[in-house]
Amino acid sequence: MEILVCVRRVPDTSENEIELNGAGNDIERDELVYSINEADNYAVEEALQIVARVGGTVTVATVGGEDDEEVLRREMAMGANHGVLITDDAFSGSDGKGIATILKAFVQKGSYDLVLTGVQAEDGGAQVGGMLAAMLDYPFASLVNSIEVLDGKKLKVSREIEGGNKEMNEIDLPCVLSIQTGINEPRYVGMKGIRQVASIPIPTFGASELGVSSSAVGEAGAKVRRVDYFVPALGKGAEMLQGSREENIDKVLELVAAKGGLK
Amino acid sequence: MGRIFAYIVHKAGVADDSALELAAAARQIDAAASPIAIVTGSGRDLDAVCASLRPSYSEVWKIDNEALPYPNAELVRKALVKVLPGNSIVLVAHEHFGIDLAPGLSIKLNSAFVSDVLGIDGVEGSDLKVVRQEFGGQVSTHVRCDISAGAVITIRPGAFKPLSGASLSGTVVDKSADVGALKASRRYLETVVAEAGEVDITKHAILISIGRGIQEKDNVAIAEELAEAMGAAVSCSRPVVDAKWMEKSRQVGSSGKTVKPKVYLACGISGAFQHLAGIKGNPFLIAINKNPKAPIFQVADVGIVDDILEFLPELTNKVREMHSVAAK
Repeated sequence: MEILVCVRRVPDTSENEIELNGAGNDIERDELVYSINEADNYAVEEALQIVARVGGTVTVATVGGEDDEEVLRREMAMGANHGVLITDDAFSGSDGKGIATILKAFVQKGSYDLVLTGVQAEDGGAQVGGMLAAMLDYPFASLVNSIEVLDGKKLKVSREIEGGNKEMNEIDLPCVLSIQTGINEPRYVGMKGIRQVASIPIPTFGASELGVSSSAVGEAGAKVRRVDYFVPALGKGAEMLQGSREENIDKVLELVAAKGGLK
Repeated sequence: MGRIFAYIVHKAGVADDSALELAAAARQIDAAASPIAIVTGSGRDLDAVCASLRPSYSEVWKIDNEALPYPNAELVRKALVKVLPGNSIVLVAHEHFGIDLAPGLSIKLNSAFVSDVLGIDGVEGSDLKVVRQEFGGQVSTHVRCDISAGAVITIRPGAFKPLSGASLSGTVVDKSADVGALKASRRYLETVVAEAGEVDITKHAILISIGRGIQEKDNVAIAEELAEAMGAAVSCSRPVVDAKWMEKSRQVGSSGKTVKPKVYLACGISGAFQHLAGIKGNPFLIAINKNPKAPIFQVADVGIVDDILEFLPELTNKVREMHSVAAK
């Protein structure tokens, strides 16, 4: 099975406190730790496991700039066969539809049976996979938390729905799936693994190679634009305990006893 | 601006709570809107759903189709594309069905798409200005969306106060004949109901709930010791289950269990809305997190900025001390 996984490099929220910059038009990016978007990493692991079962190759692609190469290499160190950087000045400022438009052109350059994305990005909203599928006229399933290859023409997938229940579906290939976190246990990638793929050339594709019109993507094509960032004033917020740890522990016990009937 | 439609999720003849939230969101886009509810499905259940929506929508469009006993997003999309006029503004709840339906629908309608909206600031020219969150709710953004060719907008459940007091007695319009036969390349097979775990977190008055801040599997014992000392149960947020540190049956949230404890101790939990959606009954919420900016502090009653790996063991010791004093 030929599998394409679309990934993104994002600020890692488990490693960062996200703050606004002075102008309030962006987050403070200088000291941020970036990593692969968490759900995308699960998608790559899932692709690798499928290929281990039924054969094929895994290609990892991202739309971005030079800095984003590091996540491609990380996923190649996991075992992805190819990394591709889709990059062009004309792509900057793209909205979700713009990214899907670019990826569609890339998918049509190749011959993939299965296209995976993460269910959503840290700064996104579960957009690109579903849009890409509709543009390609491929079937789509979101929030996928298990994949079974039935034969060369279809998959059995489960979707995560409410209450921890699973919705089972059969889906024809080629298709696009958005992968939910927790579907597998992504393998560990050490520095050694990354060094081993450090010198593999990563091919790049731009607007002209892909035949993408610059008016359809980037800022020119974007119907959705972020105006600013702000920190919302939501409700009154918690009463923050400022005491020593010992005092805070006493206070917590007092509160738990009063509110919950601590025995 | 095109007319405003709301796609209504329903089950067993009852419209989802989001139906009234979408009705409220429609009026925030345009106070004078005459929003239309769209209900798709198969059989008699549909009429009860449609009737229940009449007070809050100006019209209710019913699509009864034998292919839709279960809401398959691909089939629903095909049905909607046949009946929706150009430039429509389509509101959909941002839950598992909306996530499946909405992005592709926007492509097929050739309209704009904006997802997981939790506030609407209004229309300026051809733009709708909305509020979204990024980075797990740590920051919000204002987003402009050009709606001149229509838009598909997913609305975060619980973000809009449900419309109340409306008495429109909207007309039910049967659009079934406009749809015809539907066929999909993805087919629904069955729903597999989650297994019950050995501990039922929905039955406990006190929950010690752990998140990513627990850092590794071996540390789960820290929470279990506290729970044992307190007579509480340990629950968790999604990252703990993703990492396979606890069973899925312990997860609180929209894709896990809904709990109603008296006290909820959120330990190393950031406070993503999907997690908060599983906490009902307004428990007393105590949050302990290293990150003073964690969104959990916006909704907690009491907050402590501290490392749970140090705080919880000391708390456990204190509880045990109290027990031993009481026993003497």
